[in-house]
Amino acid sequence: MAVITTDQAAVDLREPSGWRRAKNQFATAAMWFSFLCMLVPLGFVLVTVIAKGASVISWQFLTNSTIPPNILPANVGGMGAAVVGTLEITGFAAVMAIPLGVLGAVYLNEYGGNRPLARVLSFFSDVMTGVPSIVMGLFIFTIWVLHFGYSGLAGSFALACLMLPIVIRSSYEMLRLVPNSLREGSYALGATKARVTLTVVLPAAIGGIVSGALLAVARAAGETAPLLFTILTVEATNTNLFHGANTSLSWQIWENAQQPYAGAVARGWGAALTLIAIAFILMIVARLVTARFARYSQ
Amino acid sequence: MSVTVQADPATPAGSAGLSPRRPIGDRAFQVLALASGLLVLVILVLIAITMSQQSTTWFSSAGWSGVFSIDWDPAHGKFGAMAFLYGTVIVSLIAIIVAYPVSMGVALLLTEVVPRRWSRPIVYVIDLLAVVPSVVWGLWGILILVPWLQTAIYAHVASAVNGIWILGNLFGFLNGNYVSGASFFTAGLILAIMITPIVTSLSREVMATVPTTDKEGAYALGATRWEMIRGAVWPHSQTGIVGAVLLGLGRAMGETIAVALVIGASPTISSHLFTPGYAMPAVIALQFGEATVGEFRAALIGMGVLLFLLTIIVNLSARAVIGRHARSMGGA
Repeated sequence: MAVITTDQAAVDLREPSGWRRAKNQFATAAMWFSFLCMLVPLGFVLVTVIAKGASVISWQFLTNSTIPPNILPANVGGMGAAVVGTLEITGFAAVMAIPLGVLGAVYLNEYGGNRPLARVLSFFSDVMTGVPSIVMGLFIFTIWVLHFGYSGLAGSFALACLMLPIVIRSSYEMLRLVPNSLREGSYALGATKARVTLTVVLPAAIGGIVSGALLAVARAAGETAPLLFTILTVEATNTNLFHGANTSLSWQIWENAQQPYAGAVARGWGAALTLIAIAFILMIVARLVTARFARYSQ
Repeated sequence: MSVTVQADPATPAGSAGLSPRRPIGDRAFQVLALASGLLVLVILVLIAITMSQQSTTWFSSAGWSGVFSIDWDPAHGKFGAMAFLYGTVIVSLIAIIVAYPVSMGVALLLTEVVPRRWSRPIVYVIDLLAVVPSVVWGLWGILILVPWLQTAIYAHVASAVNGIWILGNLFGFLNGNYVSGASFFTAGLILAIMITPIVTSLSREVMATVPTTDKEGAYALGATRWEMIRGAVWPHSQTGIVGAVLLGLGRAMGETIAVALVIGASPTISSHLFTPGYAMPAVIALQFGEATVGEFRAALIGMGVLLFLLTIIVNLSARAVIGRHARSMGGA
């Protein structure tokens, strides 16, 4: 008799009562359902963009430098001007924002430490990540375009303003992971601080810094709002970043989305597929860099 | 978020000031780094100054009552921002209400349910979602989602709830039988998709800081996983999650292109969520091209200033909440 009672008691302790177990299972199911809610729109948008964009995309579409008038069908002309615009505008923005962002992060982590100024700067770079992209566009419009006119450069400035705080934040997180023993070892050999930072600390963190920067570039490449008031738009390739209006894939999608013509809409889908491909490739490269080169991870 | 506490790397022996005994290159590098750091502050200050300057004509000529009036009629020089403010707030609230449960679910799934090895693909989905450009959501929204929602969802929901108190006002027909696919609600849904990744990953970081001992303690008392989450994970991460949600809200308020394409571009204040509306970033994007000179442009730039202030306030409070969370948890 005694044996049986302890047996039952033990079973009761381990197995939650029916109601509690049901609640637990319901909660787990709800979590999986919320993941499904995330997966469905992503899958839906990717399938649509690929299905509608793939039929438009061809070598001619990607390279033909004249964007045709909206009423023409999709097989005329191409988005070459927009591809070139996106690459040069985003590229130059990256050339400006990444070095400055990494240097800013170097200040925050290597020089600033716990000093009030560094804490203020760190705080405001976080705040700056929250500034809407359209405000950055308006800002460059008021400070640059009003004085020097529309150009790809203005668009690069706007994108660089968006990327800067993201690069600072991600590089800072990576620099924090570099063990202090590395720095101390170099100091012990008599190296100056700049030398330690450039030849020991930054190389140790380079994997994470590069991958963070690539993610920032991927985000910037897809931005439209900062370009609306800075590059104006053109129908032919403008390889001069510093002079004259320019265009970008994101701008073309934005314009074509509002068109009633089938050809324009089809070109919009094609541009969307191209843009997504660029962003995804950058993201995947970032992941590979992290997996391959990151020496210290969280 | 959690980093092993280490000695402050900023102060190795004798390197503190810019003393003349240090080599010139070394000092120059420090100054360069400092200048790059200060750039953030300079840009923020310049944004505030130049944009306020360009919008003073609007603020001074319209005054408080003009700025916050509901009259928007550029042809007759009426530039009231209230309808846009209303739209921004409503759309962001819808986005947060929809995104919050989904983000919590996925964050809990990642931290508490799925084994580490399996969390990779889920994180990958979140990353992909985050990197799809706003304009692509907009394109898909206006061409696919809007027509489908209008006929397959909104019309049915509206006829089901029409006339019911509150529900009818929110989701019912306007003027008898009118619903629109391009509406406040569609914009809110698209925004929800767009802010889910950031809210999820921030909440996940917060939940990852819950001490294992707390969780094990709950399990040792015989709690189910859900009870453990309610008893150990939830109280620990509440403030941090409030911060994450506020950051998501800030994102939602500033998101432009997708909203501009699906909101319907009608400056009206209406409780009916299935009718076209407008939002501050959307009106800037859509009408700036027409606003060549004068008060129209000043009004749109002024709207940018309001948006800047709004997102700064939301972000500051988010950071304050997160800072308090980090301090109370004694973590990094």
